[in-house]
Amino acid sequence: MHIATSPAFKENASKALSNAGLQKALARSGPSFIARRAAAVAALPEFEALRDAARDIKNHALANLDFYLETYERNVLESGGKVHWCTTADEARAAVLSICQAAGAKTVTKGKSMIGEEIAINDHLEAHGITPVETDLGEYIIQLRHELPSHIIAPAFHLNLEDWEEAFRQAHTDLPADRTFHERRDILIEARTKLRSSFLAADVGITGANFLVAETGSSVIVTNEGNGDLTQTLPRIHIVLASIEKCVPTLEDTVSLLRVLARSATGQDFSVYTTFSTGARRPGDLDGPEEYHVVLIDNGRSAMLGTEFQDMLRCIRCAACMNHCPVYGAVGGHAYGWVYPGPMGSVLTPGLIGVDKAGHLPNASTFCGKCESVCPVRIPLPGLMRHWREREFERHLVPSAVRANLGIWAWFARRPRLYRLATRAAAFGLGLAGRRRGRFSRLPLAAGWTAGRDLPAPEGDTFFARYAREKRSGTLQ
Amino acid sequence: MSRDQILGAIRRSLKRGALPADQQAMLRDRLQRHPRHPIPARSRLPHTQQVDLFVRNVEKEFGTVARVAAPEDVPAAVADYLATQNLPGRIVLAPHDELRAMPWSTRPLLEIREGRAQASDLVSVQHGYAGIAETGTLMLPSAPNRPTTLNLLADTEIVVLRAASVVGAYEEAWDRLRAEFGSMPRNVMLVTGPSRSADIEQTLELGAHGPRRLHIVLLGESDSA
Ligand code: SF4
Repeated sequence: MHIATSPAFKENASKALSNAGLQKALARSGPSFIARRAAAVAALPEFEALRDAARDIKNHALANLDFYLETYERNVLESGGKVHWCTTADEARAAVLSICQAAGAKTVTKGKSMIGEEIAINDHLEAHGITPVETDLGEYIIQLRHELPSHIIAPAFHLNLEDWEEAFRQAHTDLPADRTFHERRDILIEARTKLRSSFLAADVGITGANFLVAETGSSVIVTNEGNGDLTQTLPRIHIVLASIEKCVPTLEDTVSLLRVLARSATGQDFSVYTTFSTGARRPGDLDGPEEYHVVLIDNGRSAMLGTEFQDMLRCIRCAACMNHCPVYGAVGGHAYGWVYPGPMGSVLTPGLIGVDKAGHLPNASTFCGKCESVCPVRIPLPGLMRHWREREFERHLVPSAVRANLGIWAWFARRPRLYRLATRAAAFGLGLAGRRRGRFSRLPLAAGWTAGRDLPAPEGDTFFARYAREKRSGTLQ
Repeated sequence: MSRDQILGAIRRSLKRGALPADQQAMLRDRLQRHPRHPIPARSRLPHTQQVDLFVRNVEKEFGTVARVAAPEDVPAAVADYLATQNLPGRIVLAPHDELRAMPWSTRPLLEIREGRAQASDLVSVQHGYAGIAETGTLMLPSAPNRPTTLNLLADTEIVVLRAASVVGAYEEAWDRLRAEFGSMPRNVMLVTGPSRSADIEQTLELGAHGPRRLHIVLLGESDSA
């Protein structure tokens, strides 16, 4: 299990600010993500309407999650697959291991999976003599460097070309001394060649899932490299790791979510490979896995339902919130200390590993509101961070000095370096604040601290009410 | 056991038991009707313009397109493409009747193997099921005559697609798939351009793990059925 360093957020952030390599990477990559999303959004006049639809679809799915999970399971079974329900990370690790052991697996290839990071599946397999090989390029180098990803869609966000070269020279011991890595292309070719043999040798392929489709019993992955597809197509066994909130009703619901996913994430209109997998190899098929397993994981999600944090379960892991966050842009992902960084991590992490360990994270915010304004499923991230802060206060976990200062928020605001970085972001009040250091209590930002809760109405009721109404009036299409 | 625990926990959190029968019926009805959400207007066009939009979007995503009039022209289009790219005249071909019926013997120098792709294959020729104009996306459902490995293992993937199979939005492609396949194929790939990665310094490089080149041979006039 990854030891969370989230309690040391302050120290982590200090180190990050003086890490020259990290700062170089952040300065290079941050602005390009923002510009690419903006261009994709500008090119689609319907984008805001699509965000509303995306939010409503996820709300509907969550309000009826038990029904859709049961439907999903039935359809997986019907298409020749298996579903392994797991309450905890421990159960999920055990389920994956037993499938691998039953298959006599020696090596396992892996597509990128955040839930895989969350349950630290690689460590568990390794401890039992099975070698996991990450195949997403970013995940691959993270594995070589024994690190956590620093970003949910760009795991190697914090690295520069020279870091890649160093890691490859260390790990690929067969490299001739005169082999050069001056270009990104050289890195890509080396990785492609190395990983090809892993794909062909693996006994089991493990992928995550961006969505589970109840209507068809399909798992959906989205990649640009094609590594996820090789992972799930070539080995004899395909294991899907998915948390329960990934389940959506239909193919139409799925493509509506896909329309906002890639645009919000990388600024592409659509990712290169969006693949729907449904069960095992069919009669007459010339390829595809002979066994298809879904390890369906709760690990804290069901407890978030019905609370103010239910909104967080709409997250489709696009990373727009961290790409637009001035705090993330200043300290990078590792400072957050666990699997999920940025605003979405600040809300999700306390829910998953406990507010006692991650209580600092919800303070790592300037409440500029940028994250909420770009979130494709309209998660009120600043509001949810406030809820955690309130809970933290109630639990008296906050030392009095921190309480007086509004915690890390104030700490951040007093860092001139961070100021400069942060004020580059538009709609950000701290630039103003910087000129009157030490007098934060009078700033309008502090209003965010006391603003009331705005619980969204549960969408499930409205669906049934609307349905009944439309049925009566005959407008049901 | 965990199954009941999880379902029970979900219901407790939602402060209700299992959904009553009438509400379950409504949800089943929603699944059956699979209602559409807002669809971007950009692909709502006459069919010839949808095909043009498809081609433009494929090219925007670094794919290439060659248009030919008739099935008889496909082998020449494939051979010409391989020649211009300096690729060997050796292909692995999807065992699909539509492709088999094409006059490959007019290109005797083309070495052809039918079946799934192997790691050593440099060029694959796949049968395209549908093209989606909205984003220049190919829909490639798996079937005995459309192996998935053809989309993945070769350096260069060539897809033969009828212009008549180009639709506007994803939803239209799903409707066609539902009508023609009955149930969901084992694997449905939506492919938009050749493989790429931006993991190194967040800068795009083409040719990650999948094909480095994606070439579409678009067959027939857009208004022919
Ligand atoms: S919280 Fe919203 S913006 Fe952030 S990753 Fe999730 S869906 Fe994307």
